[in-house]
Amino acid sequence: MSDLIPIIVAKYNYWLYIVLMMIGLYAMIAKNNLIKKLVGMNIFQTSIILFYVSMGCKRGGAGIPIIQHGPDAGHHVIDLANYVNPLPHVLMLTAIVVSVSTFGVAVALAIRIYQRYKTLEEDEILARLRSK
Amino acid sequence: MKTAGLIIVILAGAILLYATQDFPPWGAPDSPASTHVSPRYLQKSMEETAVPNVVTSVLADYRGFDTMFETSVIFCAGIGCFALLRIFRKKPEDRYYRHIATEITLHIKGGRIPEKSSEFERIDALWTPYDLIIKTVCRILVPFIQLFALYVIAHGHHSPGGGFQGGVILGASMILIAISYNMRTAIARISEKTDNLLMATGVFIYAGIGTLCLILGANFLDYSGLSTILFSGPIMARSHGIFGVEIGVGITVMAVMISIYNNLASEGKQDEGL
Amino acid sequence: MIWQLDLAILTLVIVTAIAAISVKDLLGCAILFGAYSFLMCLLWAIMAAVDVAFTEASVGAGVSTVFFVAAVFRTTRRTRD
Repeated sequence: MSDLIPIIVAKYNYWLYIVLMMIGLYAMIAKNNLIKKLVGMNIFQTSIILFYVSMGCKRGGAGIPIIQHGPDAGHHVIDLANYVNPLPHVLMLTAIVVSVSTFGVAVALAIRIYQRYKTLEEDEILARLRSK
Repeated sequence: MKTAGLIIVILAGAILLYATQDFPPWGAPDSPASTHVSPRYLQKSMEETAVPNVVTSVLADYRGFDTMFETSVIFCAGIGCFALLRIFRKKPEDRYYRHIATEITLHIKGGRIPEKSSEFERIDALWTPYDLIIKTVCRILVPFIQLFALYVIAHGHHSPGGGFQGGVILGASMILIAISYNMRTAIARISEKTDNLLMATGVFIYAGIGTLCLILGANFLDYSGLSTILFSGPIMARSHGIFGVEIGVGITVMAVMISIYNNLASEGKQDEGL
Repeated sequence: MIWQLDLAILTLVIVTAIAAISVKDLLGCAILFGAYSFLMCLLWAIMAAVDVAFTEASVGAGVSTVFFVAAVFRTTRRTRD
């Protein structure tokens, strides 16, 4: 039992991200409303972004990736343990802004669907498509 | 559908949970992700680009191509929203006017549109009286929000922030005007044509700075080539190049946010919104 | 980073995510989704990803919620699940 605790402490974050991903995937598959599906897609996206950002963080006093420098901005010896890994932050920062613009496009599509079929429920849209 | 979905989700989750035992422990400083490329960025960023915020220097300099096409994706999303929703209605619609002094509402059915008069204001079909408190607070707050957004763009080298965040805040300030007054007030500030031109201008500034480096004899988006026209050393030229690129990103993001909001909230008619 | 704070906020994030997909009103879903984004922003600030947290605070909790409310205003609040 005592050797289980270090494993839990080392991995509980990943498990919770996977739970979040499962929630998003379930909403995308099983929910009937188109907007709910979009919310599921966004939850899925944020769980993956969380996973990436958590790859870059370091235990034990690592600070934000802004380098401390003197007024002359000269050469410095940089201790890597003091700064978290900036690379996942860069990749995910753009992903967030792109995700909001794609969310806008998806919502625009949902509005067009509502204008034509007067409903957002997937089964009602399918029933109307079949009856024509 | 629900049970099938649940089974798929649980299977996928179980496989991923099984895979976590190969992952490095959370927050380990010697994990593979932290030992490969990023140490070089952390150690050389200050030396090579004079930008203390490593995220900004990697975003706009080391991985400039990536960010350029991310900006293009945002531009394409704005254009896509426009193409999906925008309606150019030719036939005249019913209009509603309100006499400001007596608060009488006129409903004018299509065709003749009365001349513009200062005694009347055009209102929406679903018009409710403006709330004085919200209107005044938003009017006072908006200039400060825009000033803060410009600070975020300009100070992205030294503090968290940059083109993406500043652009979103600038766009949000215009959306705040559209919500607290009405959409016509916001469109009178930034018209649809200006907005669409600004969307393209941002991407053009970004690609233009890259091409300028190419013309001056350096690689595409290698800002040290700009040192001959900026009268500074190659290191400061890279810092200034990053700043120019951030401005381009900010303009595109601002214009796209305003455009998507205007099209969504008015169903593409761009007259009356939320 | 402080792992107790991290665990508490992660639990809140999961609770908000479940609430956002199971609430029977799309406007409530929009507000819960905004709360979800804001908690996510706190999580990133704990992980020392300040730029990502700033982006999420302005994009996820601000503009994204406005788009969502605009969509609900132009379509319908009704949802069956």
